[in-house]
Amino acid sequence: MIALPKPKPEVLARRDEIVAALRAIVPGEGTISEPLRLKPYETDGLTAYRMPPLAVVLPTTTAQVAAVMRYCHQHGIRVVPRGAGTSLSGGALPLEDAVVIGLMRMNRILEVDFEDRLAVVEAGVTNLGITKAVEHEGFFYAPDPSSQLACMIGGNVNMNSGGAHCLKYGVTANNLLGLTFVTPTGEIVQVGGAHLDAAGYDWLGLMTGSEGQLGIVTEVTVRILRGPEGARAMLAAFKGTEIAGQAVDAIIGSGIIPVALEFMDKPCIHACEAFAHAGYPLDAEAMLIIEVEGSEAEQDSLLAKIKEICARFDPISLKVAQTAEESVAIWKGRKGAFGAVGRISPDYLCMDGTIPTGELPGVLKRIGEMSEQYGLKVANVFHAGDGNLHPLIMFDANDPESFRKAEAFGADILKLCVEVGGCLTGEHGVGVEKRDLMGVQFARHELDQQRRIKTAFDPAWLLNPHKVFPLEDAAA
Amino acid sequence: MSADQIAPHRESDIAREVALATETRTPLAIEGNGSKRALLRPVQAARTLSTRNLTGITLYRPTELIISARAGTPLPEIEAALAGKGQMLAPEPPDTRALFGADLPATIGGIVATNLSGPRRITAGAIRDHLMGIRFVNGAGEVVRSGGRVLKNVTGLDLCKLLAGSHGTLGVLTEVTLKVLPAAETSASLGIRVPDIATGVKALSAGLGSPYGVTGAALIPAFCGPDGPANHVAFLRLEDFAESVAYRGARLAEALAPYGDLRMLEAEESTALWAAIRDAQPLGAGDAEAIWRVSVRPSAGPGVAAAAQAAGARCLLDWGGGLVWIAGPATEAMHAAVVAVAAAARGAFTLFRAPEPLRAAVAVLPEEPAALAAIGARVKAALDPAGVLNPGRMRAGL
Repeated sequence: MIALPKPKPEVLARRDEIVAALRAIVPGEGTISEPLRLKPYETDGLTAYRMPPLAVVLPTTTAQVAAVMRYCHQHGIRVVPRGAGTSLSGGALPLEDAVVIGLMRMNRILEVDFEDRLAVVEAGVTNLGITKAVEHEGFFYAPDPSSQLACMIGGNVNMNSGGAHCLKYGVTANNLLGLTFVTPTGEIVQVGGAHLDAAGYDWLGLMTGSEGQLGIVTEVTVRILRGPEGARAMLAAFKGTEIAGQAVDAIIGSGIIPVALEFMDKPCIHACEAFAHAGYPLDAEAMLIIEVEGSEAEQDSLLAKIKEICARFDPISLKVAQTAEESVAIWKGRKGAFGAVGRISPDYLCMDGTIPTGELPGVLKRIGEMSEQYGLKVANVFHAGDGNLHPLIMFDANDPESFRKAEAFGADILKLCVEVGGCLTGEHGVGVEKRDLMGVQFARHELDQQRRIKTAFDPAWLLNPHKVFPLEDAAA
Repeated sequence: MSADQIAPHRESDIAREVALATETRTPLAIEGNGSKRALLRPVQAARTLSTRNLTGITLYRPTELIISARAGTPLPEIEAALAGKGQMLAPEPPDTRALFGADLPATIGGIVATNLSGPRRITAGAIRDHLMGIRFVNGAGEVVRSGGRVLKNVTGLDLCKLLAGSHGTLGVLTEVTLKVLPAAETSASLGIRVPDIATGVKALSAGLGSPYGVTGAALIPAFCGPDGPANHVAFLRLEDFAESVAYRGARLAEALAPYGDLRMLEAEESTALWAAIRDAQPLGAGDAEAIWRVSVRPSAGPGVAAAAQAAGARCLLDWGGGLVWIAGPATEAMHAAVVAVAAAARGAFTLFRAPEPLRAAVAVLPEEPAALAAIGARVKAALDPAGVLNPGRMRAGL
């Protein structure tokens, strides 16, 4: 289990006074301190970790966020920002002596401009909510993390969220124009705007993916894109993971960048098929879902090219969707992958490393060996175009030994990702989950460099001090 | 260029030089080939540290869409290696040799440090969006890595983005890793004669808001247009497989016909046109003139252009109208006019090229609000504690 910084006794002792002060800033239902009502805020998507906070505030304006921040800064109170609480790395895990600032009531869409192709939204608008607000004109917001129905844009900015379609459209950082955020000392700052490449240091880029270490994002200006004329998927199943990897290389090498290129290994194919009955080939060792965009004729042409390439790798089956409905059927199993694994195992850990794509066969072999060694089953889904690997490690949370093993197995996988030239996290963030592994990827002086930048924003280390950086670094 | 120039062949020697500079509080001008030395403010340093001898592509995996190179590698060398495999740097960095009168080409480190992107930036993203990993020497002389050689990476603070566009003031880049993409099989462009700049930008917006995958959207005002002085011409580029370009070109022409007379530019003509736009050649900036880049929301572009023209300057619009290149008299009055028009449009300006006295006298980038400026000064100190890296390059006193 991950250690948390020692709570400040002087803060715990002044709980009632702090709650009263917060209530003066965010009145009524906007300040929560009753233990039972704090319960929903004690954890996030990484449910193995729980910690009820001192209090929760749910501001409705940037000015309120700034006032809360100023108060907390003046009184040395730690702060944990929270969006929808869907983080898989414990990004929203509170501390016993911390005030949680929840952004979910800041959920207004402030501006949509189709001519300039942008939307200005508050941090608590959901990812899908942005697309819903612009799709009547044929536009969409590109990053599509699998939690997009619930997750909020403020959290997406802080985690630099990706999704299945980022091979073509990029991750959150590539789809932002501007931010309003509140500094750890309580000042309101705007960076970027409605234009590209603001002059000066790239504060927008530094804030994105900073996991709530540098400030609290309250408003976001995103780029919106016109959708393609249409999209269609195909499925290709192979006798070995290595062969499937070669097929991926050949597709990319041919100059085609599919909009999505998803890889599933045998255990994942079986779990998904049992759950979704999508017609996946059960004798395959590896399966690809490949999606292309364009007019009907363009889709036909691209899919024919890809089919011809896949045919060179002795496929078990090749199935090209002829209609949008057939595409949905092909995606059905993949989209339900997490639920499918949840059905065959009481609990699972969803890991998130990235590897150079050429290393996939070797990495899957090593993961298979570790699975035997730990006695825990694992299923792998992989964004094959960009190297982002999601092993789902199955365990039983009622058995502490099983959880301990699952965590150790996960850590070994992430160390392997770094060893082959990849990284600890492709899109879920470090959070608390991978905090203590940061030393695997970075040298001490490199972490120190990042810490000094955190300190430049947050001199007293009040914002999320228990995340991203190994605990010895936090000013505890 | 200062008289005393050092150009080490090894990263460790760069690190040693920077550590020594910090120890002795000796400011260093940081550069690659010096091709953009006249960009932004003049650096006050007696000594220049160049990365031009740190050269060579260190890793190129076409199927992984990744290339790594030492910072001093000339851009043309990288572009040639990529072209050999049918790939490219999607942000299309400009070749600024003509603008700056430089003999040597840009280095890849210089392109990253200035985050300079060309016309494809509007849809493909900037250099910083394609920067996957860096090695740099910080002010303490430590070699620091950020990012890596994979396309998706959110491990720790993203120092790649912070260093990109920091103009050598936060660290000396020694190696960069960039995402690359397949180059399109072919390209074509649609040229639309429009009655005025505002109509032209509306046409660009309509094209960029279409489902046809436009990869360039620029407007050449009448003074420098190819069709004579009476016509402003809006250009939209398509790049893809030949059959797609043909199909989309026809659909786009249908959609944009209401904006003016159309002409299709085939591959060769289209390629030459966009290389010229990328390098701001249609501006025809004279040697004595200054050049500004103003970035605004695209619909504000025509207003910026009109105001600049009223102040006696010429313009070229790229990025769907959101990037306005301005060439005009190298005077403080003209600079003040550009600053005012950028501020009115809630955008940003860069004094891109000017004679040294003007660059030294004015703010070449917009001022930051106090809270951000204070953070900026602390971040600078967190990376360059003695302030020896390119002092004054971006802002006076920093």
